[in-house]
Amino acid sequence: MQKQAIFQSKLLPYALVAPQLAIVLIFFYWPAAQAVIQSFLLQDAFGLSTSFVWFENYIELLKDPAYFEAIVRTFFFSFAIAILSLSFALLLAVMADKPLRGSTLYRTLLIWPYAVAPPVVGVLWIFMLHPSLGVLSRYLRAGGIDWNPLLDGNQAALLVILAAAWKQISYNFLFFLAGLQSIPKSVLEAAAIDGARPMRRFWTVTFPLLSPTIFFLLVVNIVYAFFDTFGIIDTMTRGGPGTSTVTLVYKVYTDGLLGGNLGSSAAQSVILMVLVIVLTGIQFRFVERKVTY
Amino acid sequence: MVEEEGFRRYVAHVILWIGIAIVAFPVYLAIVASTQDNALIANGQMSLLPGGHFFEVYYQTIFVGTSGSTREPVANMMLNSLVMALLIAVGKIAISIISAYAIVYFRFPFRMPIFWIIFITLMLPVEVRIYPTYKIVADLHMLDSYAGLSLPLIASATATLLFRQFFMTVPDELLEASRIDGAGPLRFFWDTLLPLSRTNMAALFVILFILGWNQYLWPLLITTRDDMQTIQVGIRKMITTTDALTEWPVVMATAVLAMLPPVFVVVVMQKLFVRGLVETEK
Repeated sequence: MQKQAIFQSKLLPYALVAPQLAIVLIFFYWPAAQAVIQSFLLQDAFGLSTSFVWFENYIELLKDPAYFEAIVRTFFFSFAIAILSLSFALLLAVMADKPLRGSTLYRTLLIWPYAVAPPVVGVLWIFMLHPSLGVLSRYLRAGGIDWNPLLDGNQAALLVILAAAWKQISYNFLFFLAGLQSIPKSVLEAAAIDGARPMRRFWTVTFPLLSPTIFFLLVVNIVYAFFDTFGIIDTMTRGGPGTSTVTLVYKVYTDGLLGGNLGSSAAQSVILMVLVIVLTGIQFRFVERKVTY
Repeated sequence: MVEEEGFRRYVAHVILWIGIAIVAFPVYLAIVASTQDNALIANGQMSLLPGGHFFEVYYQTIFVGTSGSTREPVANMMLNSLVMALLIAVGKIAISIISAYAIVYFRFPFRMPIFWIIFITLMLPVEVRIYPTYKIVADLHMLDSYAGLSLPLIASATATLLFRQFFMTVPDELLEASRIDGAGPLRFFWDTLLPLSRTNMAALFVILFILGWNQYLWPLLITTRDDMQTIQVGIRKMITTTDALTEWPVVMATAVLAMLPPVFVVVVMQKLFVRGLVETEK
């Protein structure tokens, strides 16, 4: 698609794209290229010489059980967060879609957590469920649960998943509500006339018509869980106890801080880039479909 | 039948209020904790009702900071966060709107390659190229500076795409009309296109401001000086590893202050926020 009415100028368009082009080249392409190049190089222990080693860094990385665990953990966290948050948000959106008194108030009261930053989410949740001073921990312990997410890896993972899903509710709620409102009322009325009960109407009419939104949100939530959980994890568990809440992004961060192996750290970055490109590619294909739908 | 409908509505109200309670409870707890005495909280004796230390705690948080050795008033952190968020939002909108203008309203060699170079950046958030970017910012002597905080986060194509899409829908007649009036490309941009883009710019500004204010990993990495900390980084440093020394009321007051500006924006500018969110995700 192109505009018919345009301006003629030799230099002006270049001047207009120059600032963005400069920033993108310096702060995006240059570092991304550095990461790719670094990932094929190996530095000796004293940093005196580097040699080209093809895929050795990648092979070493994938052979490392700690890295493999981080991959599995990241995907597990992502799906758990997405499913938990999506189902809760869908329930709320279906309720808020009904013609209720005060529905705009409900919407306002449900969307503001979108604005809470991940590190703050981490602080709020660790405070609430802190083993010694958390308000909810008292009840958990009274209920006979030995609650200590600072020592128990599974409980720490659960805490990260719950906090991350909590933050994502409002985003999912908003998109579900928009999706529900775009479903033509006539379709639902037709189903009602055919004698379908509300529950049945939801599963046979609403849910299938909502599937593009669900799929879109699934991808967005997984990408969110990949990156934005960093702030939550860093304030809440710092990857611990042990490595039980270390995700791929957290591993890139901590390995880099230790400053050891440049090539391995770069290879980690490249693997992350490829993962994100694949996920975004899936999303784009899907958005294309939605447009024609 | 009618009675059943009424019952279903009642259930909907109850479920929504339960949802709101779940969403609000952690924040309620933070507000309550920020008005209480640290000793009570540390003992696990925290009350679920507000205490009487509101002014004391917030005064200390905003103007003094924690009692630890790396004290830094939260007012200063908020200022840093504000400057960074504004630079990211304004900077991104400014460079994107002019490059989108060039791409839509001009024909020039390398137009499409340039568009693709910008477009590809959409895919990779700063997290995946964090250390190479850090090295470049360090080489440019931009650590601990507002430029270093904001420039790498401006390098993304979302806003460019949005403006491009919008410009494509602007009728050609407008350009022809202003050309008849003798307007050149800059005049047309300033007098016609910019006023038309106001709502889009505002919606985008709301989203970018929230995203900028909430940045964490990047500021954590490139700020070493305490007086350059953003509030998100500052709050993390307040939680000491030895729990006994954490001043929870101050931490919670900081959490409340960190939430205040973006939550305010979402609630007050809800229409723009929803519009911006839906459009940037397209």
